[in-house]
Amino acid sequence: MSRLYLARNPRVAARSLDGEMMIMSGRDSTLFTLNKTATILWQSADGTTPLDQIVGQRICSEFEVEAAEALQDAETLARELASHEILQISEEPIPPSKATGASR
Amino acid sequence: MPELAAEIERLSLVIEIGGMPVRVNTTDPGFLGILQGRYSGFVGASESAEVDFDVELNPPNFSDPDAPVRVTHHLGRWSLQRGDFLAQWDPKARTGRIRQSANPYSIDAVLRIVHTLVLARQGGFLLHSASAIRNGKAFLFAGVSGAGKTTISRLAPPDATLLTDEISYVRKSRVRQGESGYTAFGTPFTGELAKLGENVSAPIAALYLLAQGPENRIDPVAPAEAARSLLANVLFFAEDEELVQSTFHSAFEFVSRVPVSRLTFVPDSRVWELIG
Repeated sequence: MSRLYLARNPRVAARSLDGEMMIMSGRDSTLFTLNKTATILWQSADGTTPLDQIVGQRICSEFEVEAAEALQDAETLARELASHEILQISEEPIPPSKATGASR
Repeated sequence: MPELAAEIERLSLVIEIGGMPVRVNTTDPGFLGILQGRYSGFVGASESAEVDFDVELNPPNFSDPDAPVRVTHHLGRWSLQRGDFLAQWDPKARTGRIRQSANPYSIDAVLRIVHTLVLARQGGFLLHSASAIRNGKAFLFAGVSGAGKTTISRLAPPDATLLTDEISYVRKSRVRQGESGYTAFGTPFTGELAKLGENVSAPIAALYLLAQGPENRIDPVAPAEAARSLLANVLFFAEDEELVQSTFHSAFEFVSRVPVSRLTFVPDSRVWELIG
């Protein structure tokens, strides 16, 4: 099974306030509020850390879930975030020049 | 020898909203009269304008104000388009052109859009909210249609100066050395009350998110909810990633500097006992 890499879409704006991560699409101004798991994916999406490693290190320890199930759920969520153009996903590491989000 | 063609007289009016003068040029005295009536109180005397718009009037059948607005940026020029108008604006040259019929609504929409674009680069915005000055401070009352913007405006006491019942003008400003704040300006952008705001300004003391309920009360709002509610009420039209990001971050900066609360009120004038 191939590994999946995530990077923040540099074309969105992001801010964390009181633990809530809010993202606005630069394309159509849609505002998204991320849940805890989506926030972890966003924060960890550096283009070089594979999704299974993010799940093992950040999600399993946070939510006490079984690794295989957590990875499947995380992949589904990552693809959904990618469909909204919040994340970029690839089976290859994503170069840093394309992985810098506009978050503050 | 007489001139073969008579020179067409160019008529101008400077409309100054939020301290930003926009000159509108037309050759039609009737249209100039419409503008003078529509923007009375906001007519400026400034020689230099931030934007000079030439208006080319079309026949009235060029009209569909319900069509969606498109605001795009290409090669340094903005294109503003709706069923009832087509406008172009070159910010660098400070010039623009508007094609519309002789009505006050189309140019009003163009002005709103131009102000949102200018404010977005300066950390400000137009907000769906009523606003008023009381005791030297401005108070904003935000909410979607039906939330009570017109009602709270209608209930304002005589010592409150109404800035708008529909769209507030928010500009980032310096309150002390090195410290930023926000100033609200009066606007001619009206809602159901159909009454122009006063052309004055004051530092913003609070933003209230309106809700109607069984009693008058003010409740705190968590910062994240404040930011979300603010963003939901900011007017923004441009399909431009840089400006979207700029406006997004401006909203967060605003809620970090201006207290945001929920104002629940019954529709009577006692609610103003809580304001100011």
